[in-house]
Amino acid sequence: MRGASGLEGQQTTAKRVQFSSPFLPYLFLAPQLAIIFVFFYWPSVQAIQSSFYLEDPFGFGATFVGMSNYTDVLKSTEYLGIARFTAIFTALVTFFALSIGLLLAVKADGVIRGNATYKTLLIWVYAIAPPVAGLIGMMFFNQHIGPVVELARWFGWDMKVGLDYSDTAFAMIVVSVWKQIPYNFIFFLSGLQGIPVSVREAAALDCRSEFRRFWTVILPLLAPTAFFLLIINVTYALFDTFGVIDVMVKDKAANNPITLVYKVYMDGFRGSDLGGSSAQSVILMLVVLVLTVFQFRFIERRVHYS
Amino acid sequence: MHRTRFFDHVILLIGVFIMVAPVVVAFMTSTHEAADIHRNGLSLTWGGHFAETYEAVLTREGGFTGKVTGFNMMLNSMILGLGFAVGKIVLSMLAAYAIVYFRFPLATFFFWVIFTTLLLPLEVRILPSYEVMNALKLTNTYTGLIVPLLASATGTFYFRQFFKSVPDELLEAARIDGAGPFKFFIDVLVPLSRTMMAAIFIIMFVYGWNQYLWPTLMTTDEGFFTLVRGIKQILLVWVGSNIPDYNEAFALAILAMLPPVMIVVIFQRWFIKGLTESDK
Repeated sequence: MRGASGLEGQQTTAKRVQFSSPFLPYLFLAPQLAIIFVFFYWPSVQAIQSSFYLEDPFGFGATFVGMSNYTDVLKSTEYLGIARFTAIFTALVTFFALSIGLLLAVKADGVIRGNATYKTLLIWVYAIAPPVAGLIGMMFFNQHIGPVVELARWFGWDMKVGLDYSDTAFAMIVVSVWKQIPYNFIFFLSGLQGIPVSVREAAALDCRSEFRRFWTVILPLLAPTAFFLLIINVTYALFDTFGVIDVMVKDKAANNPITLVYKVYMDGFRGSDLGGSSAQSVILMLVVLVLTVFQFRFIERRVHYS
Repeated sequence: MHRTRFFDHVILLIGVFIMVAPVVVAFMTSTHEAADIHRNGLSLTWGGHFAETYEAVLTREGGFTGKVTGFNMMLNSMILGLGFAVGKIVLSMLAAYAIVYFRFPLATFFFWVIFTTLLLPLEVRILPSYEVMNALKLTNTYTGLIVPLLASATGTFYFRQFFKSVPDELLEAARIDGAGPFKFFIDVLVPLSRTMMAAIFIIMFVYGWNQYLWPTLMTTDEGFFTLVRGIKQILLVWVGSNIPDYNEAFALAILAMLPPVMIVVIFQRWFIKGLTESDK
């Protein structure tokens, strides 16, 4: 997307020449449309529909209950607590993953020697799946063998990951940030490398302090990349961290922190509360919808800038 | 000047250490015996039990049914990764071709029908998706594992952008030469898109291989477990065991990350191109 945005302005219009055929375009679209209808639209509509019904626990049909699934969910102190944790978790993961990624990208952009090696070593963790990262994290935060626990004990912190709420939250955040740094690094670095040399040289002449130059010239130029990454990181923290959380709490959500997506999963598949889980799904859909609209509007505007 | 360079390197080296060390430790520890790890903790030295641990993880039949091997799970991961990447490329190239190169009345409508999928990730509609799969009797099948993941527009968006940047003159020339829609697609567009296809293939393979939530829901039959999906089972077996098989868990984690990591490192340039030009 980033790389293509330069072309976008000139090419929003359709091709000058096109084929016309009464059935061929439909034939080419058919496989994608079929899959989208069956696996996207059908379940999405179903989620919205069943969020207004109360399913009989013995499978004898469902009763229409209006908004009561929603009011039940939004009145539950447990749900509100999880929502609060999700917000804090998302904010912290996003903040640290973005700032560490940016710091490393700026430094990697500055050095000449070893540039390619640093780049390879810093991006390859991208390819590790969240639950695999979670497993490795579990070992490092393990009560018996974990070096992080040992280190914490040295500072007088008796860490009990899996038992203590805030210790588990800490471990989850560390692992989630670790896994997301390479992604942000890649985008910030390619954003930095897209800044023309002439701009950098002009800035270097005008302002001697490297730190101020970064804040007043480089960072504003990186703003589009940063904003794009902000949305992606929020989405990552909300949804893709499921694997990290699932491995770390191991089905014992009782006194462990979980996020909203994990709650949907727990209620739907463990508690078989279909209506409540669907209502939660719809609430999450609205959150994503707001994020995406925000993102699209911004991208539209960015085209005018460039 | 030299001073700042020096600190730049220090920061980068700390960064590299944080990214690399956990995995190196995981690998080294996996070559020790379980009892050894239990006594001495994680390790940075070579333990000498590499061959037997990895052989056991790959070939020993385990799980509740006593028939699942690590090799079997690896095969399933490969099927999911390859199936997803190939499916994604075929579907999205065809759809993007129809949208960019054809004039037909419902074009704008279908464009929006496809791009709406970007609004709702699979995670927010897991339960109803699962119900649909149940109704279609697709749980515990490769189709059920792969096809629902294809219901998104990411690839289509990417190829649409790319096709739009292809010069109009190519189509004009091809039509003068009498090439029809099929011939133009196969003889002109597909060869032109080769780098793009490679880049998107790498991204999608890694994405497919690393899937966790969907395989967890779709597969209860251990014969269909992927490596990434099997991870939690390994951890659950530990509860109650005296000396957990730390070495085997680490070995499994290493095996689960090996293919995607190799691909990303070897095809780094295409990978970065695919990522920075395609995402969302």
